[in-house]
Amino acid sequence: MNVPENWLRDFVAIKITTEKLAHLLTMSGLEVESFAPVSPLFSGVVVGEILAVERHPNADKLTVCTVNAGKEKLKVVCGAPNVRAGMKAPLALAGTRLGKIEIKAAFLRGVDSQGMLCSAKELGLSDDHSGLLELAAEAKPGDDVYKVLELGEHVLTFKLTPNRADCLSVLGIAREVAALTGTELKKPDIRKIPAKNDSAHAVEISDADGCGRFAGRVIRNVNAAAPTPAWMRRRLERAGQRSISALVDVTNYVMLELGRPLHVYDQDKLRGAIDVRWGRKGEKVLLLNGEEVDVDAGVLCITDDSGPIGLAGIMGGETTKAESTTRNLFLESAFFFPEAIAGRTRRYNFASDASHRFERGVDFGNNVDGIERATQLILEICGGEPGPTVDLVKRLPERKPVSMRVARAQKVIGMPIPETEMKSVFHRLGFDFRIENRIFVVTPPSHRFDLEIEEDLIEEVARVHGFDNIPAHPPRAPAKMHAAPEAQRSLHTVRERVAACDYQETINFAFVEPAWEADLAGEANPVRLLNPIASQASVMRTTLLGSLIANVRTNHARKLGRIRVFEIGRVYLRAAAAAGPLSVAGLQQPVRVAGAAFGPALDEQWGSAGRAVDFFDMKADVEAICAPRRLRFEAAAHPALHPGRSARVLSEGSQAGWLGELHPRWQQKYELPQPVLLFELEAGCVTQAPLPQPTQPSRFPPVVRDIALLVDAGLLAQAFLDALQAEKPAIVQDVGIFDLYQGQSLPPGKKSLAFRVVMQDTERTLTDTEADSARDALVELWGRRFGAKLRA
Amino acid sequence: MLLKSLGTLSAEERKSAGQAINAAKQDVESALDLRRADLALARMEARLAEEALDVTLPGRGRGRGGLHPISRTWRRIEEIFGSIGFEVADGPEIETDWHNFTALNNPENHPARSMQDTFYVDLDDEHGKPLLLRTHTSPMQVRYARMHKPPIKVIAPGRTYRVDSDATHSPMFHQVEGLWIDEDISFADLKGVYVDFLRRFFESDDMQVRFRPSYFPFTEPSAEIDLQFASGPLKDRWLELSGAGQVHPQVVRNFGLDPERYIGFAFGSGLERLTMLRYGIDDLRLFFDGDLRFLRQFS
Repeated sequence: MNVPENWLRDFVAIKITTEKLAHLLTMSGLEVESFAPVSPLFSGVVVGEILAVERHPNADKLTVCTVNAGKEKLKVVCGAPNVRAGMKAPLALAGTRLGKIEIKAAFLRGVDSQGMLCSAKELGLSDDHSGLLELAAEAKPGDDVYKVLELGEHVLTFKLTPNRADCLSVLGIAREVAALTGTELKKPDIRKIPAKNDSAHAVEISDADGCGRFAGRVIRNVNAAAPTPAWMRRRLERAGQRSISALVDVTNYVMLELGRPLHVYDQDKLRGAIDVRWGRKGEKVLLLNGEEVDVDAGVLCITDDSGPIGLAGIMGGETTKAESTTRNLFLESAFFFPEAIAGRTRRYNFASDASHRFERGVDFGNNVDGIERATQLILEICGGEPGPTVDLVKRLPERKPVSMRVARAQKVIGMPIPETEMKSVFHRLGFDFRIENRIFVVTPPSHRFDLEIEEDLIEEVARVHGFDNIPAHPPRAPAKMHAAPEAQRSLHTVRERVAACDYQETINFAFVEPAWEADLAGEANPVRLLNPIASQASVMRTTLLGSLIANVRTNHARKLGRIRVFEIGRVYLRAAAAAGPLSVAGLQQPVRVAGAAFGPALDEQWGSAGRAVDFFDMKADVEAICAPRRLRFEAAAHPALHPGRSARVLSEGSQAGWLGELHPRWQQKYELPQPVLLFELEAGCVTQAPLPQPTQPSRFPPVVRDIALLVDAGLLAQAFLDALQAEKPAIVQDVGIFDLYQGQSLPPGKKSLAFRVVMQDTERTLTDTEADSARDALVELWGRRFGAKLRA
Repeated sequence: MLLKSLGTLSAEERKSAGQAINAAKQDVESALDLRRADLALARMEARLAEEALDVTLPGRGRGRGGLHPISRTWRRIEEIFGSIGFEVADGPEIETDWHNFTALNNPENHPARSMQDTFYVDLDDEHGKPLLLRTHTSPMQVRYARMHKPPIKVIAPGRTYRVDSDATHSPMFHQVEGLWIDEDISFADLKGVYVDFLRRFFESDDMQVRFRPSYFPFTEPSAEIDLQFASGPLKDRWLELSGAGQVHPQVVRNFGLDPERYIGFAFGSGLERLTMLRYGIDDLRLFFDGDLRFLRQFS
C-alpha cells in the first residue's frame, strides 16, 4: 500500500522527518518497504500561462505561444496538440536541466523560442507525452512547478501483515502514528449531509452470517461525467490508484482515506430491492472486469430481482455499474464478515482492493461515515440531491473483553515493564479498558480484528513499548551433557566420507521429470504434484539417480571430462504405511545417499595410466563409505542399470541399495558418450557404524598358502567365500582372492581363481603339515561343492 | 719388521721407537677410515643424486570431493546450537495440512496462508485433504514437541518448498527451525540466543541485529529479525533473516502442553540467505544447478 505523506500529515501533525517516521512505523510492525519523493528535485520550471497561440510560419505542426511566465512574457515554440490559449502548463526556462537535457533558448525554423512547454514525460513524472501537462486553472504564473505539484512529497510504501487490516488506510496509519508519538489524531471532518428528498432503495439482508450491516443512500441528478478534480487525481495516483471516473474515484478515495470500501450502482439499472444472500448453484454473475463467473452457496452475492449483480465484498457487476451517463446512483457501504469473503478470490483467481480489506476485517463502525464522506465529495464534484442514509444493521461482530495479566505479560516478554507503561500503551492506542487487580480488561475497538486473547494484548504492549527496548538475555540452561550414540554417524559425517572418496555434493530439486522415474526407477506412478512449476518438475522422485545423471549431463555439456557427484536427500515412495510421529500415512520418505561417476578413474596425471572408471572402482568407494560395515553384493537386475553390471547391496541381510553401470540404453538416450557408474544407498545403513569388537592378536607367526583353482567361468567368487563360512578349518583366519585369469590357455568355459589363505593359531606355532592339511581341506571342500580343480 | 727390529734396541730406545711406530700405525689407520668414509659418502651421494625426484610434480592418486555450501552452513548451525544443548530433528517433507498449517494456528482460507504458496500432491490425508510439500520447517516443531517433554530444545533443518521461482526465489530451499519451550523462556531469551547465534555464525561482532514486530499465525509476539553489517559490501543495508516469536498458546496446546505452564520461542531462518551472506554469493540459482565449477570452491 502506498501512502502519500501530505495526506497522512493531514490527520496527524507530527514534526519528524520522513525517514524517522518510516523507521518508527517499521519498528512498530508496519513495515515501510521504501519511501521516495514523487519526483527527484528540479528547478527552473515555472507555471506558464499561455496567453496566445499562433501558427508557426514555417512548420505545420508547430505553434508559437506567448506565455506569461510571471515576471515576463516569453515566446515559446510548441508542438503539443493540446496547446490552447488560456491553459496553464509547465514552462522550462532557458538554462534549466531536465534529466540529461539542458533547455536552451533556440532558433526553431526561423522563430526564437525562449523555453520549453512540457509534458508529464518531459518532467519525468509519467510516460504520458500525448500533450502538455495541464496545470490547475488557479495556479499562479511564475510559481515553481515542483512546489505547485507538491513533487517533493514522499510516498511511503507499506508491506502490511495480514493481521493489521485496520492500517489499510491513511486514517489507519495516522491512528498508529498518533499512538506511537503521543500526538493527537485529527479525525476527518465528517458532517451529516441532510437529505434533500426521500428517495431510498430497498435493501434486505437474507443471510446475516455473511453480511452484518448495509448502509445505503440514493443521490439523484448527479453529473457523472464531471471530471475528477486535480487534487483528488493526484492523491489517488500517488496512492497507486488510477483515476477512472469521478464516481469511482470518490469511492476509491474514501476507501483509501477511511479504509471503508464502497460501491456505487446506477440506481436506474437495479431491478427491485437489493438482497444480500449466499449464491445458488447455477447462478452466474457478469463482473466489472468482464468475467462471467459461477456462484454457489459458498459465495456471498449482492442480488436484485434479476439474480446476482455482484460478488459481495469482492467485485461489482457489469449490469448495474455507474457510468458517465448515470443520473441517479445508489451507494453501498456494507460490512461483510471476513469468513464470508476469505479464500473466495483464490477460487476465482482475482482479487480487489475491497476483497483484500474485507477478508482481513473492515471497521463495522464507520459505514455511515463512509456514506457521508462520499456524499460530500460527490455533491462537490458531480452535484445531485441526496436522499436519506438508510442503515440496516443485522448482526455485528462481538467485541468480547480480553484480559491481560501484568505478571504474565512481564514473563512472556522477559522484562518488568511497569503497569503504568502498559496503561499508557493501551491509552494511546485508544482502547477501552479497566484495570482490576493487576489485570487489564480491554474491549477491542471495532477497527481491530486481531485482539482476542491475552497474547494479542501482550504483543501490543511489546511492540509499542519497542522491541529494541527489550533486553537480549544471554542463554541460560542447566549444563547437561548430550552426545549422539557412538554407533550412530551423522549425515554430515557421511557427507565427509563420500567427499573423501572424491565425490562433489550437489543438491537437486525433489520434483523431477516423469520420464526419469519411468526410465531409471521403472516407476510409472510416482507421487504427482497437483500444481507443478513446470512439467519437467512434476513428480516426486523415488530415486536420486535421475538428478545425478542430470548433474553429469550438465557438467559434461560444460566440457568437464571427469565428473563425480553425490547427493543426500529424501525419496518419496507410495507405501501402505500408517501415520506415525515422524511419518505420513500412505508414504515412506527415506533419506538416501547416491553417487555418480563418469570419465577417467583418476584425474589425468603423469603418475598413473589413464583408464575409465569402472564397477570395481565404485564398489571400493561404496565399501569405504560404509566401512566398518561388511557389505554383500548380489548380481540382480535394476531398471537403471546394465543387467550384467549391476549389484544389489546387502548389509546385515537386508537391502542397503544398488551399485552398477548405467544401462547402455539410457546412456544412449541421455546422450552420454561414456558409461556412468551409479550407487544409491539407504542412509539408515550408512549411518550405522557398529562399535569395534576387538580380539587379542595371536603371538604366533601366520602361515600363508596360495591355492589356484580352475572353475566354471559362470561361478561367482562370492560362492567360494560363502562355502567356507560353515566348513573352514579353525586355523584359517582369512581367505582373499588375489588373482583372476581368463584366457586362451585355459579349457573353454573355465576361469582360474587364486586364493591366498592366511592361517594362524592363538596357542602355538603351526607346522607345515597342519597348514598343508588345512589347505587340502579347502581344496576338497571347493572341489566337492563346485567341481573346482587345482590348477596345474 | 720395525717391531721385530725393536729387540735390537736398548730399553730406552725401544720405548720411544715403540711410541713412534704406534703413532705411525694410527695415522695410517685413520687415513684409511677417512678414505673409506669418503668413498661411502660419494657412493651415497651418487645414489641420492640418481634417486632425486621432481618434488613439484603433483601427488598421485585420487582427488577429493567436497560439500555443498548449504551443507556447510547446515552443519555449522547444528554445531553452534548443539553447543548450548539443542537437539537436531528432521521429519517428512510431504506433510499433512494439519501439521503444516492447522496445528500452527493457520486455518483454511486465512489470508496468512497466501503468504506461502503451497505445492499439493495427488495423495490425501485421513481427512481427505491433499498432502502438501511443507512450506516451512515449522511442522517439525509440532512433531518433535508431541514426542518429547519440556524442556524442549531443538533445531530442525531441512528442505522446504513454495510455488515461487525467479531470480530471488527457488521452489525448493532450506530452513532451520528452532524451538525452546520451558516454564520461563521469554522473548528476551529469544533475542539473546539469536543474536549470539549470528555473532558465532558470522564470527563477527561487527553487526547490528534488530527485532521488528511482525505477524505469523504461530507466534505472538512475532518478530522479523534483520541484520546489518557495519562493514563490507552489504554495509548499512538491513537484511531480512528470520521470522521468530513466542510460540502462540494455541500452538503450545497443539503440542499437547498447557500454555499456562509452558512458554517459549521459535524461529525459522533460511539457510540459503545465511550461506549467501556468509560467502558473498549473490545468485540463489547457483545452489541448485549442479555446476561443479561453482561447487568445487567449497571443498
